[in-house]
Amino acid sequence: MGVPRYWREIPSRYNLIGKKCGVCGKIYFPPRSICPTCRRKSAGKMEDYKLDGKGTVESFTIIRVPPPEFEGKSPYAIALIKMDEGCYLTGQIVDCNLDDIHIGMRVEACFRRIQEDGKRGAIYYGYKFRSLKS
Amino acid sequence: MRDVAVIGIGMTEFGEIWEKSFRELVAEAGIKAIMDAGIEGEEIDALYIGGMSTGRFIGQEHVGSLAVEVAGLEDLHIPSTRVEAACASGGVAMHQGYLAVASGMYDIVVVGGAEKMTDVVGGEATNILASAADREWEAFFGATFPGLYALMAKYHMHKYGTTQEQLAMVAVKNHYNGSLNPKAQFKRRISVEDVLKSPMVADPLHLLDCSPISDGAAAAVLAPLEIAKKYTDKPIKISASIQATDTLSLHGRKRFDALPAAQHAAKLAYEKADIKPKDVDVAEVHDCFTIAEIIAIEDLGFVEKGKGGKATEEGLTALDGEIPVNTSGGLKAKGHPVGATGVAQINEIVLQLRGEAGERQVKEAEIGLAHNVGGSGGTAVVHILEVI
Repeated sequence: MGVPRYWREIPSRYNLIGKKCGVCGKIYFPPRSICPTCRRKSAGKMEDYKLDGKGTVESFTIIRVPPPEFEGKSPYAIALIKMDEGCYLTGQIVDCNLDDIHIGMRVEACFRRIQEDGKRGAIYYGYKFRSLKS
Repeated sequence: MRDVAVIGIGMTEFGEIWEKSFRELVAEAGIKAIMDAGIEGEEIDALYIGGMSTGRFIGQEHVGSLAVEVAGLEDLHIPSTRVEAACASGGVAMHQGYLAVASGMYDIVVVGGAEKMTDVVGGEATNILASAADREWEAFFGATFPGLYALMAKYHMHKYGTTQEQLAMVAVKNHYNGSLNPKAQFKRRISVEDVLKSPMVADPLHLLDCSPISDGAAAAVLAPLEIAKKYTDKPIKISASIQATDTLSLHGRKRFDALPAAQHAAKLAYEKADIKPKDVDVAEVHDCFTIAEIIAIEDLGFVEKGKGGKATEEGLTALDGEIPVNTSGGLKAKGHPVGATGVAQINEIVLQLRGEAGERQVKEAEIGLAHNVGGSGGTAVVHILEVI
């Protein structure tokens, strides 16, 4: 896999840069070019917006049979997370006992290694989530 | 727009068919359908073939041309189009064929669907299937395809109290039906305990909650209803063919306890066919995972949202139930060669409506429905077929 494919997503994957619709103000992550509510009115008006990184687990699963890129990393938790800004994303939950993960759990983003392109290839980083200490 | 009928069907056995190539599978299903329709090659105006990822499964793209060659139709130079919409490739190919005939552009159209999944090893197949999800924003972070359906399952269980046992009952029912289908990959009956004891793939989905990796092909021949009687005594009318779309990613959807694209397609299909969900006598739904069938019977309006698990437990969808679902064994037991699935569902509904389904025949089936889904719900196709 070519490195540019990963390099171009770095702002969003490292710093949770999404988009805010310049018309209705709704926040989108992953970034979108058009607001599905405002559609043509939003063209050219989608502004970069950095998410705060905090959210709530809407659903989760423990992956026991991983894809080849995650061989040796299972079991690990994948969750659907509702960010406080209202958008949803998919990410791993780490730094906790898998049995403690539950729907409604408050989480915050952290910067982690996600996968690598073989033994000699590039290492890809991005967001994962951990329990938010109140 | 003209009314369209299915005048012929054909399919291969589904399973790990190591001795047959993609080409041979396509040829076998196509020839069976053409023989069944009683048509000559010169009568065929166009071909459509559904295939999800022939490029990655067998290193072969351009399978529209391949299909014409295996059918020996090259001297006719008819148009042949490969259609891709992940696991809904077959259903979308059916929709394309339907549009081509309904519009008046073509009279006789052959629709096929095929996938050869066992020429790659297991991990590679999992990776290829993950391309039906959002590669950059789901798969990159470690989500697998079973993982996405597991997220829906966990959500459904949390919201409605659906249980692992109810999920397992979908697999038990579909394996029972598969045991009555000579073409099914799995003809072995299983118990709820077998499902719950099978290895966990992505909580709460066990191995036996998941459809298998399969090889296979299916085909159907379409014609304008007004001339269908020329070819067969039992033409089956396509009273609705609806395709709908949603976001590629699961996290982009408006809700996680339903597939909004499938709900939308079902609503439009019932309107077009002028029927209500309770009028459906038999249905083939996209049970790539057991939770998918529970969500499907809700989205199709057979039961209220949230009641799918309970309804399955009570036998609503069993072979002798009020609305038998997946009489073929479904994706779970019949097998799921992804590109073939949508067309294989049409094969089963046509068999049921003709009264040719053998041991698994539903009595007096007159209206049948097929529900085919791509990815985690990014594409949905609903067909309603009727005896005329």
